[in-house]
Amino acid sequence: MNGVHDMGGQQDMGPVVHEKNEPVFHAPWEGRIYALTRAMRAWRKWSLDADRHALELMPPVDYLRMSYYERWVHMLEAQLVQYGLVSKEEIERGQAAPGSTKATPVLSLATSDRWLTRGIPSSEDPHVRPLFNVNQRVRARNINPTGHTRMPRYARGKTGVIARDHGVYLFPDTNAHFQGEKRQHVYSVRFTARELWGERASPRDSVYLDLWDDYLERA
Amino acid sequence: MARLPADDIRQAVPSDLTLRVKSLESLLVEKGLVDRDALDALVDTMEHKVGPRNGARVVARAWIDQAYKERLLENAPAAIAELGYTSGQGEHMLVVENGPTVHNLVVCTLCSCYPWPVLGLPPVWYKSAPYRSRAVIDPRGILREFGTELTEDVEVRVWDSTAELRYIVLPERPAGTESMTEEQLAALVTRDAMVGVAKVTCPPSGAGR
Repeated sequence: MNGVHDMGGQQDMGPVVHEKNEPVFHAPWEGRIYALTRAMRAWRKWSLDADRHALELMPPVDYLRMSYYERWVHMLEAQLVQYGLVSKEEIERGQAAPGSTKATPVLSLATSDRWLTRGIPSSEDPHVRPLFNVNQRVRARNINPTGHTRMPRYARGKTGVIARDHGVYLFPDTNAHFQGEKRQHVYSVRFTARELWGERASPRDSVYLDLWDDYLERA
Repeated sequence: MARLPADDIRQAVPSDLTLRVKSLESLLVEKGLVDRDALDALVDTMEHKVGPRNGARVVARAWIDQAYKERLLENAPAAIAELGYTSGQGEHMLVVENGPTVHNLVVCTLCSCYPWPVLGLPPVWYKSAPYRSRAVIDPRGILREFGTELTEDVEVRVWDSTAELRYIVLPERPAGTESMTEEQLAALVTRDAMVGVAKVTCPPSGAGR
């Protein structure tokens, strides 16, 4: 989706503000929404890719206006309702609907280690053949999917070189929408700064992006 | 509560968020969907157990132990696990090494991907629009804002974390630290140096970053 979250290359967003001795959470509610989000993901009703997409679906003005964890509050509420774990009315009232059943938490102190160290799926699956080789020249395809994608706009249509094969990962464009894992190779692709940004960029500099087979074509 | 000026100007946070999250938490507890003890433990872990001190120890070890450094560059998750750091968002980590002619910088232009086990949760600036937008198009400008001036002969490599790989910069060991112990070295290594917006200096004049 060509949303505001896809920020690479935008200009005039202001200076980077560096806070000295920054706390991990700026207020207790930030820590709570962080923990709630992780605990609820343990139900496996949705994936990390789906969470990322839920953030992307926020109205652009809200996305830019809200702080990072405020976005998470909206994301979690939206996911809970969409996947039927709670109703909108329950969120508004802050109380369970009368007669609703009580579940047993998936993520408890006893099981948290297992849940929190659960890996992001990937593999060296030899059955999934890479479509490209290291040192091969490739072009990032000029695609504009309306759903979730991890290919930033600034790289589309640009030519780069495969620097490394990272192995096999789930394809976010389908996985976020429950349309299958579509496992495929992910590569580190090196684009020169001049290819991405033109002649005024430094001739020495480059940007490396991690891109899936489906994002690439031969150049 | 200390807030960033940028947050005040650009991201006004409504005061009702405390109540809203409290209400959501009590609903989820009431429905048996979350366990309060587990939530407390999660917050405690992120506030006290993971963070850039972990990464600093990894860097210091790599500086004093060539074999460890080679393992770290070859297979970062395994080498980092040797020091006891394993947790979510660290299954696929890559260490990129700075040198006299190469400087690496890490960003996530699409969201906030960051190597939690070694650096903890990212600071606000890393997740903010100014950094995410500019790191790829003007990395030298970003570095300058952080006080890191690079000469033209240095190659800048920007790593945009668009997949599930998480990047950590192995900074250059500063001159004048030859006699330091591993612990003293670790104390010099900052989060910013491991993201690549700063260099490690000696003595630690950049303390606090």
